[in-house]
Amino acid sequence: MTEYQPAAIVFDGVSKSFGSKQVLQDVSFSVGRGETVCLLGRSGTGKSVTLKLLIGLLRPDLGQVLIGQDNISLLDGEELSRVRRKMGFLFQSAALFDSATLEDNLALPLRRLTKKSKLEIEDVVNRALSEVGLAADRRKVPGELSGGMRKRAGLARALVLEPEILLVDEPSSGLDRITASEIDDLLLEQKSKRRTTIVIVTHDVHGARRVGDRFAVLDKARLVAFGDLHDLQNHDSKTVRTLVGEQ
Amino acid sequence: MICTTADGGCLKTLLAFIGIMASFAGRVITSAWRSPYEFEQTWMQVGEIGARTLPLVAASGLALGVVMTLHTHSTLVTFGAAAMIPKVQSLSFFIEIGPLVAALLVAGRVGAGIGAVLANLRASEQIDAIEVLSVDSFKFLVVPRVIACVLVLPLLTTFMDLTALLGGFLAEHALSHLSAELFIERAFTGIAWSNFVPPTLKTTVFGFLIGTVSCYYGYTTDEGAEGVGRAATNSVVLSSLLVIVADVVLVKIIFLFFPGSAL
Repeated sequence: MTEYQPAAIVFDGVSKSFGSKQVLQDVSFSVGRGETVCLLGRSGTGKSVTLKLLIGLLRPDLGQVLIGQDNISLLDGEELSRVRRKMGFLFQSAALFDSATLEDNLALPLRRLTKKSKLEIEDVVNRALSEVGLAADRRKVPGELSGGMRKRAGLARALVLEPEILLVDEPSSGLDRITASEIDDLLLEQKSKRRTTIVIVTHDVHGARRVGDRFAVLDKARLVAFGDLHDLQNHDSKTVRTLVGEQ
Repeated sequence: MICTTADGGCLKTLLAFIGIMASFAGRVITSAWRSPYEFEQTWMQVGEIGARTLPLVAASGLALGVVMTLHTHSTLVTFGAAAMIPKVQSLSFFIEIGPLVAALLVAGRVGAGIGAVLANLRASEQIDAIEVLSVDSFKFLVVPRVIACVLVLPLLTTFMDLTALLGGFLAEHALSHLSAELFIERAFTGIAWSNFVPPTLKTTVFGFLIGTVSCYYGYTTDEGAEGVGRAATNSVVLSSLLVIVADVVLVKIIFLFFPGSAL
């Protein structure tokens, strides 16, 4: 197994509930720098909640979430923004700003968070859109794009600030196998070129096996397995073996 | 709200709601003074809110002006006070009808729009997307909309006053062939600035209430797509109600500071 040191993300004893529904209970794992971890599990087992905890959109009831040395669950305002600048997030729905063109979607964080000139921003945006094959569509609004194109645009926006950590929520949901595979290729490229730390929530075992270094399986609010593909394929739990695809 | 439970549960809920709303309004005010200032967003919202509501305000003002003249004409003619019609018209609109109706129209048109747009942004995770890009979504989405409502309402009110006078003139001209010069002279004779400026400026408070309430319902919804419709409805109902209640208080305050404006 590849060792990834030091940890870029530490999820330590985290519990989270919404009302009486316990979504996560005492979940702990860590993700090394440059590592890709795929979170697997049935629907409603807290995978997307885990991503939102990682980026500080939600706060844990118990436990801590460390991004590098920062406990993101305790941060607010400017401090939270500083940590988030190191992170990119691809939402399941891509969550592009529907009243803005693709180039404006990508330019927003550059305008707000960098001191780049208008020309430099234009250049970065064009390059980012070219990388995901959407350069010709830069003046389109999200409503004019297909599901796969929206996902790619969302990925371009998540990567435009060159984050150290990329969080990806269901990259293949609603996409055909070929389009899903194109998204996986983009993630693999990101991983190999920039050594970005990636956490992916997915139901797509095929894609997860291509992209993931290690796998976490959540079931009934608990982390039931964490390891590489070989570990999980030989796991005692039938659920875990089914989720990762038996050998 | 009528509280019927023995433990005062619904009173507590009401007080809690007032507290949450006041805290939201406080956050709007404090955020508005902190940099970075969202000039571009604010300017865009001013244009959008103004453009969206202007035709409605103009049409309503014109129609109300005509109706007002039709109603008052026969009565005042009976008492031999036909010459007072333009002044009755201008005073009624400057002091009360213009500000109140313009605010209610904005509450209905813009309030619903703001509530629905923000709730949709929340449901489609676009607000979360703004947050993860390290942009303060509250300052980016809420503050410009509230400021735009505050800035636009006095302008729309003035526009409503003018179109109402135009409607009044057209009706009066049709009924008694009164000339435009004489209508204007009679409409503005004896009208003081205190009859126009304070009532028009009170609409900034209406704008703040409409903007804040609508943004609150839209920004804080957590009911997904279902919440979009609910946010729009609640925005209109509560902001209209608050405008009417605030009007009572503001009229009293205006009388206190500008005794000359009391007729």
